[in-house]
Amino acid sequence: MQSILETNEALAAEAAEAPSAEATVRESLEAKAKAARERDLKGYKPPRRSLFKNPLRRWGWLFLGPVVAAFIIGFVWPFIQGIYLSFCSFRTTSDAQLLPAKGENLFGNYIKAVTDPSFLHSFWYTALFAIVSLIMINVLAFTVAYALTQGVKGSNLFRTVFFMPNLIGGIVLGYIWSMIFDGILSYYGTSILMETKFGFWGLIILMCWQQIGYMMIIYIAGLQAVPEDMMEAAKIDGATKTQTLFRVVIPNVMPSITICTFLSLTNGFKLFDQNLALTGGLPFIIQSDGSTIKTTEMLALNIYNTFYGSNVAAQGTAQAKAVLFFILVAALGLIQLAYTRKREVQQ
Amino acid sequence: MDKSNPPTLFVIGNQQGVKDWKDYAIDLTDTAIAKELNTDAYNLYDESGKLVSIGYCYECYGIIANPDLIEQAGHTMDEIKNFDGLKAVAEDIHARAAELGFDAFSSSDMDDSSSWRFTGHLANLEYFYEERDAGGWTECPSSLTGKYMENYKNLYDLIINNSLTAPTDLATGGHDAENEFKTGAAAFFVNGSWEYAAVSETVKNATMIPYYCGVEGEEKAGLNCGTENCWAVNSKVSEADQQATIDFMVWLVSDPDASAAMVEQLGIMPYKNAVESTNGFLNDAAKYTADGCYVMDWATNYQPNVDEYRAALVSALNAYNADQSDANWDLVKTAFVDGWATQYAAANAA
Repeated sequence: MQSILETNEALAAEAAEAPSAEATVRESLEAKAKAARERDLKGYKPPRRSLFKNPLRRWGWLFLGPVVAAFIIGFVWPFIQGIYLSFCSFRTTSDAQLLPAKGENLFGNYIKAVTDPSFLHSFWYTALFAIVSLIMINVLAFTVAYALTQGVKGSNLFRTVFFMPNLIGGIVLGYIWSMIFDGILSYYGTSILMETKFGFWGLIILMCWQQIGYMMIIYIAGLQAVPEDMMEAAKIDGATKTQTLFRVVIPNVMPSITICTFLSLTNGFKLFDQNLALTGGLPFIIQSDGSTIKTTEMLALNIYNTFYGSNVAAQGTAQAKAVLFFILVAALGLIQLAYTRKREVQQ
Repeated sequence: MDKSNPPTLFVIGNQQGVKDWKDYAIDLTDTAIAKELNTDAYNLYDESGKLVSIGYCYECYGIIANPDLIEQAGHTMDEIKNFDGLKAVAEDIHARAAELGFDAFSSSDMDDSSSWRFTGHLANLEYFYEERDAGGWTECPSSLTGKYMENYKNLYDLIINNSLTAPTDLATGGHDAENEFKTGAAAFFVNGSWEYAAVSETVKNATMIPYYCGVEGEEKAGLNCGTENCWAVNSKVSEADQQATIDFMVWLVSDPDASAAMVEQLGIMPYKNAVESTNGFLNDAAKYTADGCYVMDWATNYQPNVDEYRAALVSALNAYNADQSDANWDLVKTAFVDGWATQYAAANAA
């Protein structure tokens, strides 16, 4: 009983004091606001609680860190070192010596690279291959994709089957196809290694076989995204199938065409495994001085052969070729992207 | 080699390797391991006479023959003492292949898994006789004369034209020459002593004969003996590590158990205290030497820019296999002789 009374008294006392406490708080808040206003007038801003307010902007680097580190270790640093090495003579990379230190032209490796007839041959051969394969792969992939979006029975099965070759590695494909081609060519007493044109068309067939399925998937996605209402409008307006294809469908799948041509062009230029496994550069032209031009050798294989096939001095040359190769592929890719981007339709 | 803790013991197997890696190897002259050797024949020196690497085993190659099949065809091994003898036997077997049920030579495929038998090993007969005329090579010659190309052609033609496989089918390969010999489908097989274990499983009497190719006095020829298995010690590691490495090498070649294991794996070892070999072909090689025949050393090891050089030779031989015309043989000669000079120049460019 006693305790309850006491509690009540305490509560009453508290209630009596309450207004004054509230007033105190209000006063202090007002004072703070006033002080703040005064500070603002002086150009002072209170510290922002950024750790909680804007964590992503502040701490984003922490999350990017692993990827950035991996990218720098695995790509940026080797890339810079690669450029440096292209001006060097070296056996192991830590022993690299800049060419002027050996009394040679700084650009000696680049001069050797661009005056190497085998490099020039492989450049033109690669360019021809890239263009032919670009056209063949994209035309065929688009045709297959178009056919398989017309509601053919079992089209899902066909899509899977067409995509599958893409899952096999390049070296394996090269050896398998060399057996297939030789199985046929041996009837005629020859082999894919005997003639440049066999090697060229063999590689085209191989690449078409491997890449069409992949590009087809991209085209199918593009074709399915063509707005139904546009197709319907074309139908109502009496457009023929051909007109619909060229005036409605193709402009609408331009983004897919961009990505597919980009992929097949750079793939064509970078091709290595299939080239190595299918012909490895054979047959050669044996020149009268005993030097050779490997008639089916593409750029990447040429760089590899220069690096590993010749002497120590040639490693710098191979490195210079690799830098030129990078510039070429990057430039071609960017030009081609810029060109096809212009033709894309904004929906 | 570029690691912070690099290997102390590594292999420098040929003159190209010496050229590329000699700065990474110590001079082994008069070291404990050099004193264990019983011959200097398998060591590699650089131009200044530094002993860069020393052989730890050696091998031999030639033509592996199946005496049982040769007897079955009505011939004997004694008939084969020179090229004419070999040619007579091989051509007779090939002509009667259908009747006999086996052919003379197993396939000589030109793919990477097999072409080295002809662009590397068989080519050695040309290099060896040139080297012998020159009084021995101590370093890679800058050019060849091609004087013995006809002899190379003799034996090469005999092999491709008296074989299980038509010459036009060799480019891509895919024939298993070892199996052809093992199963008794062919009487001759161009290869080396490392095949002994596999071949002797089924062909108990398999023996090895020299490359008979029509050179005068070749009745006295022996097998091609040499090695690409030569140890070098890293010059860029501490002296203590170098010493420990040499101690380890000495143990490998002199300890009874260690050297027995090495001989079993590697054939025959040119060291005083190593155990003896059980490899029939290597014992054939030793027998030829004991009979006073000359050893054909591995002049092939001098091939400059070896991969590029052999690749060109493969391409030229492919064309020749498809059409054995003089023009195509001239291309083989160009790749063989001029290719040597070109690759020598490339390999020795500054």
